[in-house]
Amino acid sequence: MGVLLKADKIFGGYNNKPVINNVSLEIKQGDFLGIIGPNGGGKSTLLRLMSRAILPTKGKIVLEGEDLRKINSKEVARKIAFIPQLTLINFSFTVWEIVLMGRIPHLSRLKAEGKKDFSIAERALSLTDALHLKNRRIDELSAGELQRVIIAKALAQEPLLLFLDEPTSYLDIGHQVQTLDLLAELNQKNNLSIVIVLHDLNLAGEYCKKIILLNEGEIFEQGTPAQVLTYQNIESLYKTVVVVKDNPITLRPHVLLIPGNKKCKQE
Amino acid sequence: MDKILKRKIILLSAILVLAVILGILKGSVNLSFSELFSKENRQILNFRFVRVILAIVAASGLSICGIVLQAILRNPLAEPYLLGTSSGAGLGAVIALTLGVAVTYIPFAAFIGAILSTLLVYSISRERGKIGVQSLILSGVIVSIAFSAIILFLLSTSERQTLHGISWWLWGNLEVFDYKLLIIVSVIVALGIFTVYLFSQDLNAISIGEEEALHLGVNVELVKKILLFLVSLITAAIISVCGVIGFVGLIIPHISRLVIGPNHKLLIPVSCILSSAFMLLCDSFARTLFSPSEIPIGVITAIVGAPIFIILLKKSEAR
Repeated sequence: MGVLLKADKIFGGYNNKPVINNVSLEIKQGDFLGIIGPNGGGKSTLLRLMSRAILPTKGKIVLEGEDLRKINSKEVARKIAFIPQLTLINFSFTVWEIVLMGRIPHLSRLKAEGKKDFSIAERALSLTDALHLKNRRIDELSAGELQRVIIAKALAQEPLLLFLDEPTSYLDIGHQVQTLDLLAELNQKNNLSIVIVLHDLNLAGEYCKKIILLNEGEIFEQGTPAQVLTYQNIESLYKTVVVVKDNPITLRPHVLLIPGNKKCKQE
Repeated sequence: MDKILKRKIILLSAILVLAVILGILKGSVNLSFSELFSKENRQILNFRFVRVILAIVAASGLSICGIVLQAILRNPLAEPYLLGTSSGAGLGAVIALTLGVAVTYIPFAAFIGAILSTLLVYSISRERGKIGVQSLILSGVIVSIAFSAIILFLLSTSERQTLHGISWWLWGNLEVFDYKLLIIVSVIVALGIFTVYLFSQDLNAISIGEEEALHLGVNVELVKKILLFLVSLITAAIISVCGVIGFVGLIIPHISRLVIGPNHKLLIPVSCILSSAFMLLCDSFARTLFSPSEIPIGVITAIVGAPIFIILLKKSEAR
């Protein structure tokens, strides 16, 4: 399987304050990579570096063999789509208008969307099961519906890579599973490579093929969920006592919390 | 959908045509149709025609500036004078008047004042090469307050003559003093609106969020700089001939969005039509309500605009 994106010893952050220190990683075609770690560990920053929202201060990121720094921003947007934690839209665009915005990277300045763009946008909406929302206004949607529309917009970009920054934080467990099931399906059927930042360790364990555990801007551990989600790793980084058991149905690792423990009180 | 859209545009265009006809037929001097088109009244006809053009230019320019600022600041209260243009232009004009500069050069002083104050606001809000949305709004407000204070100070220490010369300024005026100036301003505003239109796709993306626009391949910082430059140029040009005409740049964008939606490809042309019609109707009131004396146009736009705005706001809240 081909390597899509490769980060080589990258450093980066905001206002010359480094958040990411010396991180190297590879994203291959068909990956479903989870990034987890304590607050302030640099998860979102790493994602923003890899999508060129910010530039690394040191090190190099290569996208399909090309230096990310040297590719123009529209071309990056044709290859990488990004879904932020929360999309707040103040203007009442229709769902259709929002999804068509996913075609912006493919259109030159004055060109209007054509037949091809319409059919791609329509397909994106039906893939996310949101075609029936087409004519609704974006500010009338529920959080779950909005998330599906935002994913459809990202799919309309026809990306090779889909980055998501905690897309489930504002959803109930039903919609969390719905969103991640959809991503898993896109990953399997459409061979879309996915990199997802998650707070919820159990969702990461259930859905990701590979997990990176990030702490203070460095990779603490990476590997399969079973390799990364051990009670030793989690206790030492999150400073809380946990038990890791397998989910009896999926046999994936499941992290159980132990409230009121001593380690927590010492902190 | 498309049929409704077409009907809306046709209806708005019809209103505009009516407003233009009204603007030419009605004025502070009451003339019948045949009188108006007779030879001896040629000058009045000309005068009214030019006034209609200025109304359309000023209205379109102000509403487009409002649209751009509301989109890139994602703030519903943004309006063309937010960048300090009005107080800057006022200060330029007052300084020129107190220095005894000839009246014909006042528009240039106003224009330069407007541009300089925008530059000041811009440089205050710039941080590490980026323009912060909140700091832009704040520095605009602060510069406006400071400049208004200086204007009041200069007026309070100057003679009455100057005071009168500046009053039309504060409430706006569509009278055309200089045809050449009108042509220059019209060209600046038309080219400005056309260039803004080229960015309608980017405006759509930025209005849903800077981060979102960035990930759609829009060069957000560059686009913001270009658009802010265009907005200050258009506003300064308009203000130098018409003074401060409030409310048009604030409410017409909102009304247009309610009529046609927030997609800038449609919003920009529709706003030009709607604002022109609104301005022409307001100007007809301004000229005829207490004829032969005229009410400043800014008074009418505010008196007519405020209730419309409140009704629409209540309606959209209830939705």
